[in-house]
Order: sequence, then C-alpha cells, then structure tokens
Amino acid sequence: MSESTAVAAKGATRRNGAKGSNGAGGGRSARSLIKLLLVAALLVVLLALPLYVPEFWLRTGFAVFGAIVGAIGLNLLVGTTGQLSLAHAFFLAVGAVSYVFVSGEPGGLGVADLDGLSFPPIVGMIVGVLLAGLAGLIFSPIAARLRGIYLGVASLALVFIGIHVLNAWTSVTGGFNGRTAPEFSLFGFTFGNRDPELYVIGVPFREAERLWYLGLVLALAAYLFARNILRSRPGRALQTLRDSEVAAAVMGVNVQGYKARIFLVSSMYAGLSGVMYALSIGSIAPESFGLELSILYLAMIVLGGLGSVNGAVLGAIFVSALPLVFQRYADIIPFVGGQGGGGLAAGEAARFLFGAAIILVILFEPAGLAGIANRITGRGRARARPGGGASTPPPSTDTSTTSTSPSPSDRPAQGSTT
Amino acid sequence: MTQFLSLLLNGVSLGALYALIALGFVIIFKASEVVSFTHGSLLLLGAYTIARASDSIGFFPAVLVGLAVTALAAVLVERLIINRLRGAAVISLAIVTIGVDIIILTEMIRRIGSDILNVPHPWGGGSFRLGDVGISQNRLVAIAVAAVLIGLFFAAFKYSNWGIAMRASAEDGETAALMGIKQGQVSALAWVVAGILAAVAALFLVGSPTPGVTPAAYAVGLRAFPAAILGGLDSTGGALVGGLLIGIAEALAAGYQDQLLFLGRGFSAVVPFIVMIAVLMFRPSGLFGTKELTRV
Repeated sequence: MSESTAVAAKGATRRNGAKGSNGAGGGRSARSLIKLLLVAALLVVLLALPLYVPEFWLRTGFAVFGAIVGAIGLNLLVGTTGQLSLAHAFFLAVGAVSYVFVSGEPGGLGVADLDGLSFPPIVGMIVGVLLAGLAGLIFSPIAARLRGIYLGVASLALVFIGIHVLNAWTSVTGGFNGRTAPEFSLFGFTFGNRDPELYVIGVPFREAERLWYLGLVLALAAYLFARNILRSRPGRALQTLRDSEVAAAVMGVNVQGYKARIFLVSSMYAGLSGVMYALSIGSIAPESFGLELSILYLAMIVLGGLGSVNGAVLGAIFVSALPLVFQRYADIIPFVGGQGGGGLAAGEAARFLFGAAIILVILFEPAGLAGIANRITGRGRARARPGGGASTPPPSTDTSTTSTSPSPSDRPAQGSTT
Repeated sequence: MTQFLSLLLNGVSLGALYALIALGFVIIFKASEVVSFTHGSLLLLGAYTIARASDSIGFFPAVLVGLAVTALAAVLVERLIINRLRGAAVISLAIVTIGVDIIILTEMIRRIGSDILNVPHPWGGGSFRLGDVGISQNRLVAIAVAAVLIGLFFAAFKYSNWGIAMRASAEDGETAALMGIKQGQVSALAWVVAGILAAVAALFLVGSPTPGVTPAAYAVGLRAFPAAILGGLDSTGGALVGGLLIGIAEALAAGYQDQLLFLGRGFSAVVPFIVMIAVLMFRPSGLFGTKELTRV
C-alpha cells in the first residue's frame, strides 16, 4: 500500500510544483501545502477505512472504484474530446466477458456448456483491458470519421449488438443467465474470504476489505494516468479538437489520429471498469450491459462535470452509490418506500433523481459538481463563461486576490460556452 | 416467393412506421439542432395514454387524447428546456434529452410494470390475405395512414408557411430570424409535429402482430434512430427511405430467422443497427445528408 501512497504523493507534489512555477503569488505556496495535506489526509482515511467500516460500505466502495475508472475513461472521450459515445456499456461488457472467459473454468453450469481458459485472474484482467481496447480500435475508423452526433447514434448500435452477442454466444458468456466471475488473485494471494486468512490489528481482512484496496489502487492509477494525459500535449490537442476541429487541424493536430487514439484509451478504461464490475457483482449477465448502463455513465460525467477528471470521480461516486444507499436506507428516506409499500422503489427514485439532475446541471451549471466544488474553493473565478443560454450568478464567495490560471483538465464543460 | 412477398409487404408497413418516427427526428433536428433521445419514451407515452384512455372514452377519442398528450409533452420539453439552451453544443442538447427520457421512461415502466395493456383497434387483430400473401389488418391500415400522413407532411413542408419558415431557418437561422421568422415558434411547432407522428406510429406499433403496450415499445423507438441516421439526419426524404430500408431489412431477417440461426435468436432486432453501421462506414453523413463543409 505504501507504494500507492508514494505514487499519489509524487503526483500531488508534481501537480503543485507545476502550479507554483506558473506564476508568482504569496498565498500560492501556502495553499498548495494545504492541498497536499488534504490529499495526504484523504489517502490515509481511504487506506484506514476498511479497519472501521462495515462490509456493506466496502462493497459499495469497490463498485464505486470500478465506476470511477469507467467514468474517467468516458469523460476523456465525451468531456475532453467532445465525442458523444453511448457505447460505453459495450466496452465494459467486452472487458467483463474477457475476464470471465479467460480466467474462468470450463464446465457445465446448469443448461449451458461453458468454455474457459483457466488462466490466472491477472492475465484475465489484462486481456480484458486489451480486448476492450481492440474493440475500440476496430470501431475507431468509424468513430474517427463521424462527427459528434452521428457518432453518438452509431455507438448506440454497439450496445444493441453487444447485448445480442452476449445472449447468443452461450459457450463464452453463459448466455441469458450469465456466468459467475472467478475470484481475483495475485501471485497466490486471493482476494477472497480465506487463503490466506488475514488479520490486521485484530480486524479480519476478508473479500470486501481486500477488494477495497485493489479498487483503490486501480482507481488511483486510472486517475493519475488521465491527469497526466490531460496535462501533456495530447490532452491539449484533444481539447482543441473539441472546441474546433478546424482550428486543431490548422495547428497541426492529427484530428483523425487523435480521435481514434482517445477512443482506444477510453475503451481500455471501460474494459478495466468492466473487469472490476464483474468482480464486484461476482457474476455477469447480458442485461447488466444495456443502454441503461451507458446512460448511467453519461449521467456520471455530466453531473460531475464534462472534461474534468475530478468531476468524473465525484459523479461516479454520486451515481453509483446512490441507488445502493437508497436501497439500504429505504425506510428512512422520504418518498422512497420498500417493496409493496407506498412510495418509489429505490432504483426508480434514483433514476428520477438522475434524470432531473442531468437536466438541471445542463441548464444551470454546465461544469457540474466539479464546477460547484471549484467555486466553493474559489478556483472558479478565473473561468470566464461567455454567452450561452444558461445564466448563472457569478461566484460571489471568492475573496482571494490571487487569480489561479485554469488547469487544463478543469475547463468548464462545452455546455453553454460555444 | 410468396413468403418473400409477404415479408416485403410487412417490411414496408413496419418501415412506414419507422419513417414516421424518423421524420420526427429529422424535423426536430432541422428546427432546433437537437437530436432527440426522448422519442422512445414519447412513443411509449402515446401508446400508454391511448391504451388507458380507450377503456373509458372509447377508441377514437382516446387516440385524440393520446396524440394531444404526446404533442404536449414534446412541446413542453422544447419550451422548458431546449428553448432555453439555444446555441448550446449539440452534445449537451442530446444529453439533456436523455435526462428527460430517463424521467418519462422510468414513470412509464413504473405505471405499466409487467402488464400488457391492450389497445382495442376497431380494425381488429385479423389478417388480410391476397392470394398467399398475408399481412395483419392493423399493419395494412398502418401503411394507408402513414402514406397519407407522410404525403400531408411533405406537402406542408413544401407549401405551407410553417414548412417554408422551417426550411428557411434550417438553411440559415440568422438570416431567417432577420426576415422575421420566429425561431422559437418554428421549433415548438416542429416538436408538436414530431410528437404527433410518434404517437401515430405508436398506435400501430402496439397492435397486432405485437401483443400490446409493453415497455418494449421503447426499444422500437430506438430502432427508428438508424432510419433517421442512415437517410441523413437533415434530410426528410432520407428519413422516408431510411425507414423503409430498415423496416424491410428487419422484416426479412425476422422472416428468414431459421436460416440465420447461426447468428443467434432474435437477430432481427439488431439488423437496423447493423445496416446503419454499414451505411455510415461508406457515407459518414448518411445517404442523403448534407456533407459538412469546413472553410478556414
């Protein structure tokens, strides 16, 4: 675990270092120190959580980590590059199925004859990511040629074709009923309930605790990778491409090439997220990878803030945890009833909320949760919001005199800025 | 041969219904530059309203109510949301309609549940035979009604003030506005028309050979997307051609599914999407869509 902390801390220092060198400012270094401390504190809390928190929250946490990986990937494509894709569920499915197939045992389960390659789970995970990337690469010639909205609808096709394949290719996917996902293990250490039995300060570390750490590492890696992409030349190229393809091409950005490559990266993220999804649920079934899933991911990045990595994380936490929390606390939350009784079912209530939230965010706060967070921390001031249909009151809480230069990954969404 | 002919006829009727929905997509896109993802749930809303209302007030008044409710829902979406986002990016607009879609769809699924609501079509569920070629009476009426509506639509689009205003503002919004064309009005009317077309399509799509109103009608609305896209999103003629093409392809795939069994059961439902991808590979703006030109 210490390794991941070190990586994160390094990322954080580099981040702050870059900001410090951007311009002179007295409050800057103090602020970056505070930020560093906050990041460190957050990491310590995340690392220590399994010692104190019950299993439900840890399981929810792993699902959320998986969603974070997927949402970051989709946001690179939709938010940063401006390519609407509804195919995310398809790439998740590719990742999940590859993992289950490559690492799964062959054998008959009920009616279906299942094939499996019985490779170690880590191989399955890598193959899952690579195959999802390959699927993205195969689709990318189409994706790179289509403009915005045509791509959105064309990608819709992948979801339906994917569901059909999942249902039909029984020997690999388990068909309509799906199949169970093999437990993850790494060099003989299983992420299951035993083997080896593990106690940390008297707390038994079982499946939920172990998966929590796996999820944390993977989500952190995905986060840092995305931030680094955005801070380097490709990131800037992608943003230019979103704002104007012509301008990007004139400046020497290979438009088709970048579009194809970001599609590849995004689908690899989805593949990893799919593997994590399979691990989190413990099984896969075709109906989990429908259009609804794509729309949920879209909801995550819209609510979080298009184009912002932090936003994707916030959105993923909100969208993926909410239904689970509703389910658990159905008795306490108003308007949400349990089965049979009055009120909405948990899933329905969550969907109503997402739908309404998407509309409100696009109407009033196109930068999403990340935008709201920035405003609270006073970073949003430098961000001009020219024209557009949505009118928002200017941030008034900002009293600091330093004007931070907007970091590239946190640009306001395309929303109303065109 | 007779099997082929009857599949073709069924395909044409299905295609005519797809064309109605696709026309809705196209005029909404032309008038307000929005790709409306609400259409699937509007379709469901129309079908549901007709089915529920016909219990108490009879079939034909129920149809009117259904059309009115769907059109009202569509125009509300336009007035309350789309109109306020004029000039926003196409992607944001599409996403906002997805938000609306989630809400309507969730409510519809909640109300319908696992029921199958029956719509009492006065033309019954029987089938019509001409020699060996057969088609359900419902689908035959559908062809007739769709033909009339599509004819009316194209006439209105070409000759009426609304049609001219709409074509003008699709061509060049700013100039049209300077000529005194109210963009908001044009766009609102486009949504009304699209809502009505979707509700009419819904009316026939839930009749025989389909069992009745189920949430599956939503998926049918989505299958009309390929129709609009492969014809070209900004081409009304393209929507017609695309709808027929998709309808026929789907009907043929369903009819010959025994021969296509190696592709899996229920393959016909994904045929529209495969046709769309195949077309887009060679013509990225659809068959009749305007190619986007970029000037530097």
